[in-house]
Amino acid sequence: MKNGQLITITDMVKDYPIGKGYFRALEDINLTIGEGEFAGLVGPSGSGKTTLLNIIGSLDVPSKGDANVLGHSIGQLNARQSAQLRNHHLGFIFQTYNLLPVYNVFENVELPLLLLKMEKNKRYELVNQALDWVGLQDKRKSRPAQLSGGECQRVSIARAMVKQPKIVLADEPTANLDAENSHNILQTMETLNRDLKTTFIFATHDEKVIQYLHRKISLFDGKVAKDEQVKK
Amino acid sequence: MITFIIKGLLRDRHRSLFPVIMVTIGVFITVFFQAFMGGILTDMVDSTARFSTGHVKIMSRAYMENEDQLPNDLALTGVDAIMQDLKQKYPDITWVKRIKYGGLLDIPDENGETRSQGAVAGFGVDLHNPKSTEISTLNIANSIVSGRMPDKPGEILISDEMARDLKIALGDKATLISSTMFGSMAIYNFKVVGTIKFGIPMMDRGAMIADISDIQEALNMEDAAGEILGYLPGGVYDDKVCAKIADNFNAGYTDNESGFAPVMSKLQEISGLSDYLALANNMASTIAMIFVIIMSIVLWNAGLLGGLRRYGEVGVRLAIGEHKGHVYSSLLVESVAIGLVGSVIGTGIGLMMAYWMQTKGWDFSNTMKNVNMMIPLVFRARITSVTYYIGFFPGLISTLLGTALAGVGIYKRQTASLFKELET
Repeated sequence: MKNGQLITITDMVKDYPIGKGYFRALEDINLTIGEGEFAGLVGPSGSGKTTLLNIIGSLDVPSKGDANVLGHSIGQLNARQSAQLRNHHLGFIFQTYNLLPVYNVFENVELPLLLLKMEKNKRYELVNQALDWVGLQDKRKSRPAQLSGGECQRVSIARAMVKQPKIVLADEPTANLDAENSHNILQTMETLNRDLKTTFIFATHDEKVIQYLHRKISLFDGKVAKDEQVKK
Repeated sequence: MITFIIKGLLRDRHRSLFPVIMVTIGVFITVFFQAFMGGILTDMVDSTARFSTGHVKIMSRAYMENEDQLPNDLALTGVDAIMQDLKQKYPDITWVKRIKYGGLLDIPDENGETRSQGAVAGFGVDLHNPKSTEISTLNIANSIVSGRMPDKPGEILISDEMARDLKIALGDKATLISSTMFGSMAIYNFKVVGTIKFGIPMMDRGAMIADISDIQEALNMEDAAGEILGYLPGGVYDDKVCAKIADNFNAGYTDNESGFAPVMSKLQEISGLSDYLALANNMASTIAMIFVIIMSIVLWNAGLLGGLRRYGEVGVRLAIGEHKGHVYSSLLVESVAIGLVGSVIGTGIGLMMAYWMQTKGWDFSNTMKNVNMMIPLVFRARITSVTYYIGFFPGLISTLLGTALAGVGIYKRQTASLFKELET
């Protein structure tokens, strides 16, 4: 990592085999994303947003070129190292929240810390802090089924943020939310980005999200069509 | 993490209750079946040992070859000397002599003419000797339906069923018509002083129990007996001990080529019992193996269904950085917990039911009137040390195996598809 750059992508290509040939999902991607950015991968369906997010999140590997995330070359990591990178430094927010239904809010947020084998007192401190960030202290004992969609997504944000990762990756985080909840969620994430200097990277084509972005990376047919900073 | 897993198990009944019930039922059936079948086989072997074979049995070689015909003309002679020798060499073993005989029991009327007549399968056993163990071995005192134990020469017990069929009353005179050891006709008068029911169809059809000295006199078998039986201390059969005793005994007669020379056999070698005992010994492991296979398949399927239900959960856990091996091992931990709980409950219920069946038994008397085996009419379970773990370990192993098979799918999941998969 140099000069606060958390992600450096160089001449990256991603191909998926189809029959005897392949489908090129990403082509000639060159990007750097720094600490504290609030960036979005924007584009229509099939433009390569989620594929790029997968590679940054070490869920997938490039076919050619290099994707360096937090000093780790994603293509060089084995499955265990990839899992460790995600576990220690990356947070994930999903479109459909994906909370574990049998656990309450507190326990859902606690899960990533359990995987880090953190001691109980420290876990409690961090979970309470994360619940304070998203304003869900009063719902700590509630199960996901007892929460609204907006509250579920806030739990999801708390779960992604609880270990205070360097980077949070969010795939269409407002797709299942109404306008008011979407704005609340985005404001929460923007506040966390500002206060904690956490880098947020979205994959979205939702205008509500796009208007909050500080940097908009537009993808089209697997290529970066435009990369622009947005003045706020 | 263990607490986290246990919380999930307790709260998600689909994940815990269903598999626990499955394991419980499987373990219960295994435990109960083992105790019940083991009880029947053990009772059968025990009855055979008590009534027919002893733990070891000495006959003359010729008698042994025709044992089914009760050939008392080929009986052992010099029995008292053999008995004395045996008691000296093997003082811990209880040695008894018996004469089995067949014949007709003739019941005369007041004029001495035949009033009724029936075939008997008789036992001449040591009834009058106060040190005799035969009364307890054959459970004679407890099996008396009416009347009393014979305590004077010439007194006999007959089966209650035969007494009713032949309309024999207590105190009636009964004449045994049989053949002597030397082939001539034997006619001997007895007095019926009691009726008896052993609860074993083969014995209850036409049994006649008399003191061996009376039978020796009736059949001209002075110092002779059809067989000498030996019972190990505690009444528990030990094949190795019996084999050693039999080998030692038989070694003393290898040079004697006479058909009347004594030969000792152990319980397993007599009456084809070796097959039954082998079956009894193999039954436990066979039941356990079948259980493991069936339950593993069932729990494998249950695990696959559970895997579908928890597809999202596993996806999230993989996405946030839990290694596949860790997810897999956490499922195995869950299965161990389920297996433990199910196995403990199943074993407990199985033991309770087996104990009930051991105490009360299951009366099959109506369906076994014509059975020709030494098998009791009331089937009872028997709880042994094996009963305590016969279901427990298979319950645990099958749960673990079923989950291990179902969980393999975790390793096939592509992390690259997680975002897409978790959108649905």
